Amino acid sequence: MKNTHIALTVNGEPTEVAFAAYKTLLEVLREDLNLCGTKHGCELGECGACAVLLDGRPVLSCLVLGVDCDGVSVTTVEGLVADGRLHPLQDTFADLGAAQCGYCTPGFLVTAKALLDEHPNPTREQIRDALSGNLCRCTGYQQIFEAVEAAIVAGRR
Amino acid sequence: MNTIGKPRRRVDARAKVTGQTKFADDLMLPRMLHCKLLRSSVPHARVVRIDTTRAAKHPGVHLVLTGEDFPISYGILPVSQDEHALARGRVRFVGDPVAAVIARDELTAFEALDLIDVDYEPLRTFAGPEDSLAHDEPRIHDYGDRGNIHKLVSLSFGDTDRAFADADRVFEDTFFYQGNTHLPIEQHAAVAARDPDGKLVLWSSTQTPHYVHRALAKALEMPAAHIRVIATPNGGGFGGKSDPFNHEIVVCRAALLLDRPVKICLTREEVFYCHRGRHPVLMEMKTGVKNDGTITGMRVRTLLDGGAYGSYGVASTFYTGALQTVTYHIPTYEFQGCRVFTNKPPCGPKRGHGTPQTRFGQEIQLDKIAEGLKLDPADLRLRIVEQPDTLTANYLRVGTIGLSECIRRVVRASNWAAKFRRLPTGRGVGLACSSYLSGAGLPIYWNDMPHSGVQLKLDRSGGVTAFCGATEIGQGSDDVLVGCVAEVLGIDPLDIRAVTGDTDLTPVDLGSYSSRVTLMMGNAAIQAAERARDLLADAVSKKLSLPKDRLVFADRRVFDTENPSTGVSFAEAVQAAEAMFGTLGTTGSYTPPKSAAKFKGGGVGPSPTYSYSAAVVEVEVDPSTGWIHVPRVWIAHDIGRALNPTLVRGQVEGSVYMALGEALMEEQTFRRIRPHLSAALVHKFPSMLEYKSPTTNDMPEVFTELVEHPDPRGPFGAKEVGQGPLLPVMPAVANAVYDAIGVRIDEVPITPEKIAKALDAKAAGKPARYGPSSFPHIDWPEPMQVPPPWEGGDGKAKVKSTKAEVRSTVVAS
Repeated sequence: MKNTHIALTVNGEPTEVAFAAYKTLLEVLREDLNLCGTKHGCELGECGACAVLLDGRPVLSCLVLGVDCDGVSVTTVEGLVADGRLHPLQDTFADLGAAQCGYCTPGFLVTAKALLDEHPNPTREQIRDALSGNLCRCTGYQQIFEAVEAAIVAGRR
Repeated sequence: MNTIGKPRRRVDARAKVTGQTKFADDLMLPRMLHCKLLRSSVPHARVVRIDTTRAAKHPGVHLVLTGEDFPISYGILPVSQDEHALARGRVRFVGDPVAAVIARDELTAFEALDLIDVDYEPLRTFAGPEDSLAHDEPRIHDYGDRGNIHKLVSLSFGDTDRAFADADRVFEDTFFYQGNTHLPIEQHAAVAARDPDGKLVLWSSTQTPHYVHRALAKALEMPAAHIRVIATPNGGGFGGKSDPFNHEIVVCRAALLLDRPVKICLTREEVFYCHRGRHPVLMEMKTGVKNDGTITGMRVRTLLDGGAYGSYGVASTFYTGALQTVTYHIPTYEFQGCRVFTNKPPCGPKRGHGTPQTRFGQEIQLDKIAEGLKLDPADLRLRIVEQPDTLTANYLRVGTIGLSECIRRVVRASNWAAKFRRLPTGRGVGLACSSYLSGAGLPIYWNDMPHSGVQLKLDRSGGVTAFCGATEIGQGSDDVLVGCVAEVLGIDPLDIRAVTGDTDLTPVDLGSYSSRVTLMMGNAAIQAAERARDLLADAVSKKLSLPKDRLVFADRRVFDTENPSTGVSFAEAVQAAEAMFGTLGTTGSYTPPKSAAKFKGGGVGPSPTYSYSAAVVEVEVDPSTGWIHVPRVWIAHDIGRALNPTLVRGQVEGSVYMALGEALMEEQTFRRIRPHLSAALVHKFPSMLEYKSPTTNDMPEVFTELVEHPDPRGPFGAKEVGQGPLLPVMPAVANAVYDAIGVRIDEVPITPEKIAKALDAKAAGKPARYGPSSFPHIDWPEPMQVPPPWEGGDGKAKVKSTKAEVRSTVVAS
């Protein structure tokens, strides 16, 4: 099978990549760009582990074809660290126990980032709703809610 | 205490929030090939012919393996070595691996699976325990206690018949606990390769690298010293990654044959079929009580649907009858358990292993008893809580018990007195309690060696590395290891590097199961750290001309307790010790105390100490639709001491979450495809969308209280927290539903449909309940008689070589 080729922006960097045309964005990120921070739990759009930001909006990368991503801007968990510092969400997730096994964490982080980018001061209900497509089997979600809320406070400082 | 007891960022948190934690499927090795398994499409059959010719010729395929390549059986328990990596002449469930393709990429491997031709000769399908009890032939396995019964247990501790006769009231109930599965978000994955010396390395998402190591040595007929198993951090385990798995053995064989790295990552559907999850259990409980609530005796009968293989099933069977006595004082106790084989994915250990099912029944029955005796359910329990530092009727040695305080705390926090039987119809509260092991007292294979070992390396840089075979599955075992060492040596946890779960580099730890890691690894870590501290103290004492007992280790310094400005940095202390003693290294190990139970079967249940939990659940039930909403849960957990309260709270809340999934929605159930199509017995919904689990919108507010009375048996007094807090939640939900609308749902999951049916039954004047009506007749062996301690017993069985013993000595070949 002949490889297809696209040019896109990944975590702020212009990137070109060639890959088998059937691959999903998830597979292109993990297998062809070596960005393994993005995870998979079902590859059917059910669990949210593969969430990334596409032009700032959260999408399930297992449901997006790589060939459709020419010219887009993708943000993965690897792109959250800026100037060598953790994003406030990463700090609060780490401090408050919001990451246990850590497998669903990248998906939660980018989804929460999209929420805070759009609504700088969401209520608990808005946080619940925004994260309702991400499954976590470890935490019971409560420490995740608290970490998002703490990041709102941290972001304001 | 500088580290212990303080809420801290766990030591591996940065890796997790930056996506840098390397899970098994994140490993990409040069020249790596990919493996896929062909799984049986039929539930029970002889494999008459496998033709792999076409698959082997498919472009990009490097190797095709079948059962011929795997002559040696394995299994997690020595008594049930009943699995082969690929089927040898027989398949036992839809999903049983039959063949493997190793190809240049996953897609090619998938394509080649379709080119393998398999002829099956169907055998009778055993869809549930009733089939397996009714038909001895054909046997799913050629071992087991009788026909398709895998295991029969019959134990008696004291005269329960007399206890029932002496009771003021006797309560008899039947309950059913549906099976469910772990659903870790990470699908199982493994990579095998030869290292440059030709030895085998397996990276795998396993909770038990030591047991996988043993299984590989056996199944591959290789010296264990030539095999290295590295447990990658697990993306959730919950018990589902505790068995040695077919796919692990297959990729190892393939990597050895091809001399190239071989990876496998299961699909979500395959994870559902691998299972090893909660056994469906039908149970019958008979309890005699005095009018004041005192229990005179209890008899528990369980019937476990084991699925197609042994897995941990023998232990699971015993666990359904082991821990009833640990929570409440039960002077006479009888347990009969039966596990059958069926043609479904094998059941095994899930969080709480074998104990949630009977805990569910026991705690609902106590609610019924309280109502029958006109006692408050909390008061009843406070009257019967087991005494600390006692030996139970079945010879479990109980340590500290914080259960009474747990009950009082949730009663107070939930405002129980104002709510119970006082809320308007449709709203209710329910209470339940539980206890759980802080580690299994016995290893899976009989030996006298330590259950956990820790090694420390210290050098002149001031750096400390802690090595332990324990496996990080998200629970925070690396943080416990490092936290214990940091506390003893007076340094920061982030100063220490943890190297864990690697059979080449780390001393043996038996694995992340049975809530054993904190207690066992923690004690080993403290011992190793104290030995290191002793060496450092010798050297600093000489250097500063101070008596050793005046030295304090804190704030990365070693200093004089009477004159804190006199001292050296931690690195200087290490340098002084290295100069005095040479290269520095210490070890620590932990072996649990000997069990008091000396009877056959007494090996399941003993633990160094037990944790306790109590929960109050509030529910809202819509009587017209049966819809249940849980707005709030209060839970108190007796942890002994919280080493890192942030992690402890996470375990409690995560347990409540998983428990609510089991209570309200999760079920691993099967259906028959119509006969004219295939008659196969398949999973009803092997996908994360249809296998319902709680989302952020389903999760109630959880109010957690930690009861901390340090237990001398635990590291800094700590007991377990990973599993115990799950146990009281399911029965508390059922009891709350009864409080809300007056119907008993005696099984899980408690669905709107079942509530509606129970309400219909109530309206029709029938018993206001939904649940099983009877327990089937089982030809139990004569119970093994073990007199309880207060009847002069010594932990041994009274009568030898009964029918029971003869039968249970029949084990796997």
